[in-house]
Amino acid sequence: MIFSRFFRRQTQPEPKIEAGLRKSRRGIFRDIAALFERSEIDEELYDDLEALLIQADLGVETTLALLDNLRQRVRREGIKDPAEAREALRDEMVAQLEEATRNRKVKIYQRGVPFVTLVVGVNGTGKTTTIAKLARYHQDQGRSVMLVAGDTFRAAAIDQLKVWGERLGVPVISHAPGADPGAVVFDGMQAAFNRGIDILLIDTAGRLHTKYNLMEELKKIRRVIQRHVPEAPQEVLLVIDATTGQNGLVQARMFTEAAGVTDIAIAKLDGTAKGGIAFAIARELGTPISYVGTGEKVTDLAEFDPETYVDALFFGDDEEA
Amino acid sequence: MFEALTDRLTDVFQRIGRKGRLTEQDVDEALREVRRALLEADVNYRVVKDFIAAVREQAIGEDVLRSLTPAQQVISIVHKELVRVLGSERVPLTWASQPPTVILLVGLQGSGKTTHVAKLGHHLRGEGRQPLLVAADIYRPAAVEQLRTLGRQHDLPVYDEGTQAKPVEIVKHAIKLARERRLDPVIVDTAGRLQIDERMMQELEEIKAAVRPSEILLVADAMTGQEAVSVAEEFHRRLQLTGLILTKMDGDARGGAALSIRSVVGVPIKFIGTGERVDALEPFYPERLATRILGMGDVLSLIEKAQQQISQEESERLQEKVLTGTFNLEDFLNQLQQIKRMGPLTQLLEMLPGVGQALRQQQVQISDDEYKHIEAIILSMTPEERRHPDIINFSRRRRIARGSGTSMAEVNQLLSQFKQMQRVMAQLGDMAGVGRRRGGLRGLLGGGNPLAGLGDGGLDALMGQGMVPGGMPPGPSARHPTAQRPKPKAGKKAKKHKKKRH
Repeated sequence: MIFSRFFRRQTQPEPKIEAGLRKSRRGIFRDIAALFERSEIDEELYDDLEALLIQADLGVETTLALLDNLRQRVRREGIKDPAEAREALRDEMVAQLEEATRNRKVKIYQRGVPFVTLVVGVNGTGKTTTIAKLARYHQDQGRSVMLVAGDTFRAAAIDQLKVWGERLGVPVISHAPGADPGAVVFDGMQAAFNRGIDILLIDTAGRLHTKYNLMEELKKIRRVIQRHVPEAPQEVLLVIDATTGQNGLVQARMFTEAAGVTDIAIAKLDGTAKGGIAFAIARELGTPISYVGTGEKVTDLAEFDPETYVDALFFGDDEEA
Repeated sequence: MFEALTDRLTDVFQRIGRKGRLTEQDVDEALREVRRALLEADVNYRVVKDFIAAVREQAIGEDVLRSLTPAQQVISIVHKELVRVLGSERVPLTWASQPPTVILLVGLQGSGKTTHVAKLGHHLRGEGRQPLLVAADIYRPAAVEQLRTLGRQHDLPVYDEGTQAKPVEIVKHAIKLARERRLDPVIVDTAGRLQIDERMMQELEEIKAAVRPSEILLVADAMTGQEAVSVAEEFHRRLQLTGLILTKMDGDARGGAALSIRSVVGVPIKFIGTGERVDALEPFYPERLATRILGMGDVLSLIEKAQQQISQEESERLQEKVLTGTFNLEDFLNQLQQIKRMGPLTQLLEMLPGVGQALRQQQVQISDDEYKHIEAIILSMTPEERRHPDIINFSRRRRIARGSGTSMAEVNQLLSQFKQMQRVMAQLGDMAGVGRRRGGLRGLLGGGNPLAGLGDGGLDALMGQGMVPGGMPPGPSARHPTAQRPKPKAGKKAKKHKKKRH
């Protein structure tokens, strides 16, 4: 595995996050454990699993596909023990996410060429906060970071990013509210070159994927970026709220079409949301999930790891199971 | 991917074959599809279970009405039940006997609280009130600044004490100020929080205890999945919510979360947010949301929009003209301008069942600029020419083209298509004969239109018209939505039109 374990960041492990998350998830851990505490694998087990997975926002199709795989495996391998079936389900869930994770491109950070991350998403998913966390993450790796306030539309979005910039001690390139986002991005690109910045994080206005003009605007922003660095943006990060339901799939599809999404960040995983839409997206689109946001602190960002994700959200540790 | 529920149900019943009465098995098979549609719309699993049980009871043993297919009948029962659960009556805001009335907006981060504080203020000012907005979210960076900015932009007073004061104190002071200045209501923006965040929930309880708000509205994102229920349950347990604002309904989320919240905590849905603009706040209509949850478009909203713009008299006059073949370019121009007042074309088309989906799939974009060209051409004609297009000869055409800044070809196209349209209308008139006066949209939208006849019968008409396999409205025009209107140019694919927001 090339990246770090899910809830342990490379630079400074924070077991606190894990503990906090655990607490909010005791319920589902117990539910799942209880499901498999039966003497045999029967239809009722599958029905109960279906209910559970759908309630975790995996969606009907993904749930049925997952359970199909499980049934086949139980039959093929002659599994009789429910505890073994539990392991099989866990494996299937991990496998589904891993397939998409393999599509993740290796990030190449070059000296002298800014690594550009364009952050996109619908309104209110946590783009700006994710940017702050990403900035901190790169800073911890010893890279220089600059932010671009590309959300010139929402009231005070620029101020919000500037507050983060100040807290983190990173420069923020901004124009006046209502300015053309393409122009801000242009300035940001130029500034990143001039100052020899390693990482350029571009914030964009939240937009519903059904708004044609706004999706076109993203294409324009991409073109502006490419004028400076043809291979940029090296990362187009779609931020999805962990509480999102089946619409998350449509979001992922539409943003990929318009902006060429390369990675997905699941934000707000610190609640009781199961983030099941990640499975649906991985299955349908194969877009890799790369980051998860797990709290309100600027350090609450982790690289994504399928196994840890599945365990942390569904199965818990053995003691809990 | 997603097929319209109606198509799936039609398939089910075709397999079963037509019978005079729905048997238990028929119903169960149909309800499996309904169940799936509801789950795909993010209705909570538990809620779906109860809902299906209720519908099943009603559906079994129902006689199949002669005018309806079994599919339509099941949908009709489902739709009715959905409307019932969503709340058949609109519940207005509660006002305090002693002003000011305090309205608290609460909810998860990113659901749209701050924006909706401003929208609600704007909306209530439109009703003659003088609201005061209060910035009590001191935690999210620049949240206070955001509300200040919104207040400045829309000329609504905002009370804030920066980010150092305690939210409870801020709200108390705001109410004192409102009393002095006779501002009413006081609309409070609170910090976004997770329902499991103990400290933050306590803060809300403190505010509630200190100021006794008349309304505590949960602001919920229409895109929320299964979690909606636990969020709403917890907020309700701690604060006793009085209502719900469902936001981001301008997207394509089906909004099943609303049904979940409504059936679990029982509070009424008071408003829906339909855009980022301050006026994008609408009252809630259960029938429409029911239709949307079932994936059947928002025809009712469209009808209402049309009805708002077109007076009954006007539409009857136009209908008469259409049916008698005396419809001329002047009437046409009038119609164009009326349609334009209803909002951007794409937005209107999105409301048609199946069309929104098809538009997105085929990447068809309808440009509102095309309107402008047609308008310019007609406006460059003399009144005489508009009434009698036949007199437009070569030199008149050249003058019109020059005057409208278009080309002769465009003028020719408009004229020839208008002629064609007149022919269709004349045929329609022959067919319709006497006694088909129904008013509403028929006059507005002309022949071959899926909306024709919808004005007079809500869902029944919808089912008669929009339920052909494929989920597309009938008629050859379905592929090119622009052709559905009495508009002489065919829809252009993927035509770009850049417009700034607003």
